[in-house]
Amino acid sequence: MGAAFALFGAAMPGPLVAQEHDHAAPTTDPHGDVPGKKEFNAGELIMEHIGDSHDWHLWGHTHLPLPVILKTPGGWEFFSSGHLMHGHAYQGMHGTYALDHKNKMTVVGVNGEKDEAATQAITDLSITKNAATLILCVMLMCVIFIGMARGYAKRGAAAPTGLASFLEPVILFVRDDIAKNTIGPKHYMRFTPYLLTLFFFIWFLNIIGLIPIFPFGANVTGNIVTPLVLATATFLIVTFVAKWPYWQHMLAMPGIPKPVLVILTPIEIMGHFIRPFTLLIRLFANIMAGHIVLLVFFCLIFIFSKNGESLVGGFATSPFVAAFTVFINCLELLVAALQAYVFTLLTSIYIGNAVAEPHHDHH
Amino acid sequence: MTLLNILLQAAPDASMAVAKAGAVLGAGLAAVGAGIGVGRIGGSALESIARQPEAKADIASNMILAAALVEGVALGAVALGFIVGL
Repeated sequence: MGAAFALFGAAMPGPLVAQEHDHAAPTTDPHGDVPGKKEFNAGELIMEHIGDSHDWHLWGHTHLPLPVILKTPGGWEFFSSGHLMHGHAYQGMHGTYALDHKNKMTVVGVNGEKDEAATQAITDLSITKNAATLILCVMLMCVIFIGMARGYAKRGAAAPTGLASFLEPVILFVRDDIAKNTIGPKHYMRFTPYLLTLFFFIWFLNIIGLIPIFPFGANVTGNIVTPLVLATATFLIVTFVAKWPYWQHMLAMPGIPKPVLVILTPIEIMGHFIRPFTLLIRLFANIMAGHIVLLVFFCLIFIFSKNGESLVGGFATSPFVAAFTVFINCLELLVAALQAYVFTLLTSIYIGNAVAEPHHDHH
Repeated sequence: MTLLNILLQAAPDASMAVAKAGAVLGAGLAAVGAGIGVGRIGGSALESIARQPEAKADIASNMILAAALVEGVALGAVALGFIVGL
């Protein structure tokens, strides 16, 4: 954990915590920089919370600036995203950069307008909120599981204690009920590391998205990128591990008359691609929808109290909204584990189909 | 179709609004699909438990799995509606 804080602290040349100042520049901040401004935009608040960003919004007007890393045709750029707040432009070593209204990094010209060609040429490799949370999750998993492994080596045949005693049934569940059942007793050990990593990675990321306190609380699995990468990993594994019977069943299923094969084969080929795609959509949409529902009901308090003006509206809605939000949060805890389970189970079913031995049961 | 033509003639700049209305309508229909699907799964699971109470754990875990798969498709439609609506 000390290493984590050193990583954050060393990578930021600017102040560790940046306060927003009142500026004349128009802002899209839903809290309203100008005192007395009562405009509450629920849509913007929701998008800000479930989207990725170059700084970490802690509370109120306090942001934690994260490092910006850009690969430009002229070279690399490192600076703190604190320079980019409120749409300000930053003069780097190889260009001037600003965040546009969709929070994407753009290269701007002298009078502030976006330079299309230069923007296409840069690669934004910043440590954004999601990237930092991914690193945090990986470190958390390493600490937990490497610690567990060392504990088992030290204890020998004795029963596990502490966190290991809680996680051991889960690990055995993934290995036996998911991997062994679907892949078969011959090949399952080869894929169990990937399935275990997948299960705990998704589960931990989902739970991190539900805890609202720093350093947790970033919506990683509800962003399309993370499930995309995981689904691509599954697709690559299934494609490269698949044995000949799998391809044969896909391209020319035995025992089917030729005219039906003409329709069936394209469908099977599409299915090979669509199945990982549904994995992606299922995880992404479930988690994102859960976060949006929570945020929408939370925003109801602000809407009913007219952003602080109407005390009656605020106090009347708060108990119901609080109770409902607690209930939805508990449901989201179930969904977090369930989506991890479904992703892992379906992945192992697809792998099991791919490495299945040819069964000779033609009558 | 004629209703759409009338709407677009009355407010010619409203095509984006019509698109958003269509997206939200689609998401609502997907919710109907999810409700019907998961309702049927839950109903048959309850019937099976009533017929054989000792198989409750097996049936319950299979029900949860099937519900997650059905919800996946429905939430895909919701996500599409969300993307268009924004």
